[in-house]
Amino acid sequence: MTARTSPPGKPLTDRIRPEHPPYGLADYERHGGFQGLRAALKMAPQDVTGLIKAAGLRGRGGAGFPTGVKWGLVPMGAEAPKQKYIVANGDEMEPGTFKDRLLLEGDPLQFIEGMLIGGYAIGASVGYIFLRAEYVLAAERLRAAMRECRARHLLGRNVLGSGFDFELHLHTSAGRYICGEETALISSLEGKRAIPRAKPPFPATAGLFGKPTVVNNIETLCNVPHIVHYGADWFRGLSKCGDGGTKLYGASGKLRHPGAWELPMGTTVREILDEHAGGMRAGLKLRGFLPGGASTDFLTAEHLDLPMDFDSIAKAGSRMGTGTMIVLDDQTDVIGMVRNLQMFFARESCGWCTPCRDGLPWGEKILAGLHTGRGQPEDLDVLRQLTRWLGPGRTFCAHAPGAMEPLQSALKHFRVDFERAANRGVPITAAKTGAQT
Amino acid sequence: MTVSRKPPQAGIQIDGKAHAVDPSRNLLEVALELGYDLPYFCWHPALGSVGACRQCAVTQFKDENDTQGRVVMACMTPCADKTRFSLAHADAVSMREAVIELLMTNHPHDCPVCEEGGACHLQDMTVMTGHSYRRFRHAKRTHVNQDLGPFVGHEMNRCIACYRCVRFYREYAGGGDLNVFGAHHHVYFGRASDGMLESPFSGNLVEVCPTGVFTDRTYGESYTRKWDLQQAPGVCHHCALGCNIMPGERYGRIKRVENRYHGALNGYFLCDRGRYGYQYTNADDRPRRARLNDAPVAAEAAAAQLGEWVAQGRATGRVLGIGSPRASLEANHALRALVGDANFHRGIAAGEVACDDLLVQILRQTPARLASIREAESADAVLVLGEDLLATGARLALALRQSVRNVGFAMADAANVPRWQDHSVRLLAQETKSPLYILGPRATGLDDIARRFHRGRPADLARLAQEIVHLLDYTQPRAPGLDDDAIHLAHDIATALKTAQRPLIVAGTSLESTALLQEAANLCIALDKAGVAPSIALLPRAANSMGTALLGGGDTDAALARVEASEVDTLVVLESDLYRLAPGARVDAALARLRQLVVIDAVSTATTAKATLLLPAGSFAETDGTLVNHEGRAQRHFQVFVPGDTDIRESWRWLQQSAPAAGVDFGDTLDALIAQCAGANPALAGIVDAAPSARFRLAGSRIPRQSHRSSGRTAMHAHRDIHEPRPPQDADTPLAFSMEGARSGAPPAEIPIFWAPRWNSVQSVNKFQHEINGPLRGGDPGVLLLGREATAPYYARPAWQAAGTLEVVWLYELFGSEELSARGAAIATRVPAPYVVVHPDGAHGLAQGRRVECSSDGLRWMAELRLDETMAPGAAGVPRGLPGVPAVRAGAALRVEAA
Repeated sequence: MTARTSPPGKPLTDRIRPEHPPYGLADYERHGGFQGLRAALKMAPQDVTGLIKAAGLRGRGGAGFPTGVKWGLVPMGAEAPKQKYIVANGDEMEPGTFKDRLLLEGDPLQFIEGMLIGGYAIGASVGYIFLRAEYVLAAERLRAAMRECRARHLLGRNVLGSGFDFELHLHTSAGRYICGEETALISSLEGKRAIPRAKPPFPATAGLFGKPTVVNNIETLCNVPHIVHYGADWFRGLSKCGDGGTKLYGASGKLRHPGAWELPMGTTVREILDEHAGGMRAGLKLRGFLPGGASTDFLTAEHLDLPMDFDSIAKAGSRMGTGTMIVLDDQTDVIGMVRNLQMFFARESCGWCTPCRDGLPWGEKILAGLHTGRGQPEDLDVLRQLTRWLGPGRTFCAHAPGAMEPLQSALKHFRVDFERAANRGVPITAAKTGAQT
Repeated sequence: MTVSRKPPQAGIQIDGKAHAVDPSRNLLEVALELGYDLPYFCWHPALGSVGACRQCAVTQFKDENDTQGRVVMACMTPCADKTRFSLAHADAVSMREAVIELLMTNHPHDCPVCEEGGACHLQDMTVMTGHSYRRFRHAKRTHVNQDLGPFVGHEMNRCIACYRCVRFYREYAGGGDLNVFGAHHHVYFGRASDGMLESPFSGNLVEVCPTGVFTDRTYGESYTRKWDLQQAPGVCHHCALGCNIMPGERYGRIKRVENRYHGALNGYFLCDRGRYGYQYTNADDRPRRARLNDAPVAAEAAAAQLGEWVAQGRATGRVLGIGSPRASLEANHALRALVGDANFHRGIAAGEVACDDLLVQILRQTPARLASIREAESADAVLVLGEDLLATGARLALALRQSVRNVGFAMADAANVPRWQDHSVRLLAQETKSPLYILGPRATGLDDIARRFHRGRPADLARLAQEIVHLLDYTQPRAPGLDDDAIHLAHDIATALKTAQRPLIVAGTSLESTALLQEAANLCIALDKAGVAPSIALLPRAANSMGTALLGGGDTDAALARVEASEVDTLVVLESDLYRLAPGARVDAALARLRQLVVIDAVSTATTAKATLLLPAGSFAETDGTLVNHEGRAQRHFQVFVPGDTDIRESWRWLQQSAPAAGVDFGDTLDALIAQCAGANPALAGIVDAAPSARFRLAGSRIPRQSHRSSGRTAMHAHRDIHEPRPPQDADTPLAFSMEGARSGAPPAEIPIFWAPRWNSVQSVNKFQHEINGPLRGGDPGVLLLGREATAPYYARPAWQAAGTLEVVWLYELFGSEELSARGAAIATRVPAPYVVVHPDGAHGLAQGRRVECSSDGLRWMAELRLDETMAPGAAGVPRGLPGVPAVRAGAALRVEAA
């Protein structure tokens, strides 16, 4: 195969060949690999950051924070601390989300290249990959890729003779959802409990081991080599909306072809579900969907024509999150689904703050009751209250507010289901007096 | 937490009311200080804010027009200028109630059988938020409890996961064996497995825990509700720091000791010796009846007999008194006045007298500030000379553990992170610590935070200190015979001290080395000359070592010499066990030469067993008296209860009551004796003001020792007598053995109970503080006695001698070295058997753990051999005061042989 001349339309997955092992270093380079790094090493670090800003790359971990802006917060220059870190957040534990795994298993070198460029841009000489424990294959492939890079002076001292030193370490997590929260991730990396931290100080000034640190999602970093190689305008051009680039969208649920696809940012929900996932399975109708993983608000059929981008989904009252949808059909018990989600969130609470630690299990227990015919009318009041008590600002981090998003939207969109379940049980007062309803 | 107060510069509004506050502080502490009742759990005044419990929710408004506001946590919110807050806003009120309702989903309904009940911060906060009806109808999570040893009980089902315990135990006190395990609502606070809590500060968990997870096990074994305890302000008798304690009594027994806040001393925390050392007061084998020639004698007759003997002795000059550094100033003074100045000895051996006298002289003549415990916390460079603080002054060790955080606070200041943002400050500091250097005979429990340490015999440590003095002031001679490592270390230390803003030198008498004390003094002189303002903390051994040093008197060796020379008919021993001060054979022989031995003591000792006349003395809990701590602070402690049907009375009262027969008049009250003591000793003139006198009245009333909820007054004694007895009358203090009287606004030295409406737990102390972490309203108790004299010149050095044979170096145990505390049941389980520590190179083939016979100056005793790489070569570490370890001399040659 010859080196590519024209830029790819789907840069992230261009080199990924399903059912095949990823390219080794030689093949990777033959397919345009490390062009971005080579270009970056010739630029001033701040110019790399400027390029990422100009490209409109927004973080793919869920919050959509502009990546270039994040890098720009890191102190640079002679006064800045000597030691800085870049950390890749590969703790992908959001239910329904499997995009980073696909990227790491399919093209680990692309990710490493992004990491190197990120490290160069912020002046970090050490990078950590924080990887979900279950991603055994990804870990294996990353290790192999890192070995190759070290042998070819792409990692270690004096990368490609540029004078830039970069050590990369792979750390596999012990398996907590909260490690996806960047400050909890840092705590965990330091060997402490995975508990989120108060801000300020922000990681950009005092993160890992107290040093300036940038934490980026895997998919975010995978975009970086291409932006540097092909330019900001090209990257913006890939998108159908204001945010640059493509997006790895995913869809799960009772669809004909659940999966993940790299599509232009801003592709509509309908196109993803109908054209790529093949629509609902026979006999099923779409009742609702979580647009970006378990911690986002339900949207319904009326939102199918929305473009999947950060701002459009936010306007509809939800979040694009990781861009990996979970679809609810009309035959699946919505309470069972929400119960399942709340069970997950309750289990994954780090236990630091009261509303999250003690509120999520209460919600879970109520939902279990509703789901198994032991609901009571008062239950819905408590659930509604929980969605307020565990809302933004009330808790230490975004875990519980995220957990409340599917619950509060389910209570709104699927009220009938909940009311029916709540009135199925025998009220305490009636039971006490011996009355039967 | 280090306090850094700025003048109020921010105007904030709380529910429409304007307040001028320090903008760098958080709203929770400001609100509490202003008198608002804002509930909280995870915040602790000494631990700072972490935002975990979400209990202190308030509403903060964006601007003048904002009516919605947003809920914020007061503990995490700085009081920026012009901010409007509301505690009463509906969102904040409902959030605070919600947090309690959520906490209660797992908290059991066991208040009636919980030891915390009635003194529980969680109860108080629950009532404060208004939550009362439980809607949660599901199963609660449950936990297995652990056996954490003799001090602390564990009931994890009550846990509300505020994280205070681990924050105190690990982050504040440096403990490693208590941790938080698990996640979500199963978080578990305990040890990896059952076992004794290792931290010497474990007892503070009882007060740090806002509910009944960690409870005082000694209290639980003979439990009484807080409101039924009779309490009086106490001062800890178990080392020289003078931490303030709050002992509580019921049915004639001390039930527990709690911390009594003192802004300059112990703050919120005690060491476990201080908290659990009280149990000896309840021991069955205490002397309770006066005995003459081993037969009971009426108390009045006993006092008269003492007076008669003293009178004879005064006439013939053949009477001698031995006082005690664990007895009150009043008792020591009375004995001294009875037997005459020339016949009074202090109850410590010659070596310790020399050290104590030198220590007082240094403190009077040093250019350094005398550091209180709190001031030690703010030091930014510390040198510890010879003291194993975790055993000789544990609360000070805890303060030094905070001092190493000062560089972190400076980093936080630079990063604009408020000092109260505890986790953020720790995150910024990471492992960076302010310098702490420890020079001692072997490893200490503070070495983990020390920048560097050095081990040597006392003379070697003094030599290293001399080198530091030389480096600070080249006019001073270099130390002889140091190796390169030691010289480099001296350079490091000199640089750290010279470049610090608030350097602190800590030393003491524990090694009985005057050379070390002198070098501590020399260091302060050199630092002062170098333009740095140093502080100094010098620790004597016992609770009233300073007081007795200020009072003066000879040593026990001289006293025994006079007895041995048959110059004495009557020896009066006050609260001293001679067998701890001199070899047993010598004491035996000396006592045999007496006509009568009078012993006044609260505990049964080898000496009381020999008494012709034994007068049972009150323990700290049964007496009033004055002690002087390491910084020269005179503090009064108050009688908690009047022991029932016994002859027990204050030592000074025995002496007072015997005085008329001896032709001496001490008056008949404590105040009269205090006045005499102050009048007779100019150095002690200030003690009159250590606390208000017995004439003091609060709004015309006495201050009750019992709570207003005290119950069972009429029933307690009904099994003996159905008539309600008249409560004992207290002629000596303004406190009353009663629940009646005035409470509010009691002078700080005479607060018997920390309680405020709606605040039934120890957290109520915030209502008594002038500012959070600051002094009590009305000022911290005590009077600083040490007048400053002109700065002394450098002390000259004795000729240094290289190590010869193995020499005795005292080691100390937190549990065991102090006589009284080691007698309590709980602490006794922690007292080790006699041992001797030598460096493996000096073991001559003897194996670790081997039973060996030690001999020194003709004394022989058995011990377990411990080989310790950190022990100074040439030194044999002998644990002072442990049962089975005789009174050998520090520095004496010691032989260790296979038994």
